[in-house]
Amino acid sequence: MSGGVGGVGGVSGVSPTSPTSPTSPTSLTAQFGSAILRTAVSCGDQIVWVARERAHDILAWLRDTPGQQYDYLTDLTAVDYRDPERPLEVVYQLRSLQLGHQLRVKIPLEKSEPLEVASVYDLWKGADWLEREVWDMFGVHFKGHPDLRRILMWETYAEGYPLRKDFPLRGHFSRAEQTRQALAANPEAHYSLEELSIAEAYDELPEDVKRRMAKGERGFVE
Amino acid sequence: MGLSEPQGPGAPSSAEIAGVSPNFITTKLDFLANWARSNSLWPMPFGTACCAIEFMATAASRFDISRFGMERMSFSPRQADVLICAGRLPFKLAPIIRRIWDQMPQPKWCISMGACASSGGIFDTYTMVQGIDTIVPVDVYVPGCPPRPEGLMYGIMLLQKKIKGETLADPTLRQERLVDDRGFFIPPETIDELSEPFGNSVHQTRSA
Repeated sequence: MSGGVGGVGGVSGVSPTSPTSPTSPTSLTAQFGSAILRTAVSCGDQIVWVARERAHDILAWLRDTPGQQYDYLTDLTAVDYRDPERPLEVVYQLRSLQLGHQLRVKIPLEKSEPLEVASVYDLWKGADWLEREVWDMFGVHFKGHPDLRRILMWETYAEGYPLRKDFPLRGHFSRAEQTRQALAANPEAHYSLEELSIAEAYDELPEDVKRRMAKGERGFVE
Repeated sequence: MGLSEPQGPGAPSSAEIAGVSPNFITTKLDFLANWARSNSLWPMPFGTACCAIEFMATAASRFDISRFGMERMSFSPRQADVLICAGRLPFKLAPIIRRIWDQMPQPKWCISMGACASSGGIFDTYTMVQGIDTIVPVDVYVPGCPPRPEGLMYGIMLLQKKIKGETLADPTLRQERLVDDRGFFIPPETIDELSEPFGNSVHQTRSA
């Protein structure tokens, strides 16, 4: 993440190391007041901590306001710090393809409270799998996500959320139990038609493909 | 660590072994069948990681495993003779490789290629099968990270040697014995025992 705000893309008039961004902390604070918890500049990147309750409004404002226009969600992830007192953070890395600047937005989530934030799937469609991955690995619930399921681990995985710091490296179950569950698993369950999004297009498929799929060759249709 | 003695229904009893006697016909037939089988092993490549790159190098023209009669990569398990698991196997893929193994017709063999497939390797983590022999029975383990093509070819030659020693007078030859009805080839206690942490990973216990 070196290079700084607006460095990539060669926008004229913006120095690669300059922290100047159209999204100055003052403009955000003027707009949202106490919902902006903290701001910082790290390695030339502007970082903004925002309150969970207003996060979706702020992100929508950042996307739609002329002069901000963060039309691209580069990444959505989460960080669990080693310090158990420190809140877990959901991180949004935003970028404006038109204006060439970027911004990092973080939502701190206290571990004593339910880990829940509003989904930004309605703002950036690319958030779909990213939010599923954060749900899978950290157990953060994204309210309003259309299809919040595990994405890397299988759906019946019962050992918890692997990237949490309190998760043991080998998992909670013994190797024998893990092997037993793997042997009892149904391989077709991982690769359902739904997963491949073909089910929606089922009616337009050629006859022979329909026939094959009805037999469950590639999975099952509910 | 102290491993337990191999026992249970997996091991052939001495009465089973003593009850058969090879004769002139069976030994000549064995020779012919084994010669044919060992020189026409069609591999089912199950490449999951970097070992698959070395496997591809082994299959390509410089090393060329068609010299061993492995001309045809059989991407259908129904036409395959030897399952080559090249790379680490996550628990998510374990039921799939087991399904592939079950779909392969007898006679069939399995090569575990590389450290990760054989033992989990450096991936002593929550996702990784600690040795594919907990999922499918393995004939030859090829060490290395990844093994060079020479290593895999040595493993293939060892498998050929093993096949040439088979005899149809052995009633236990093609028997796959599960230790219980849950699909285990190895007793669960042994799996736990074998996958005890060692080396640098002893500090990463379950209670951490």
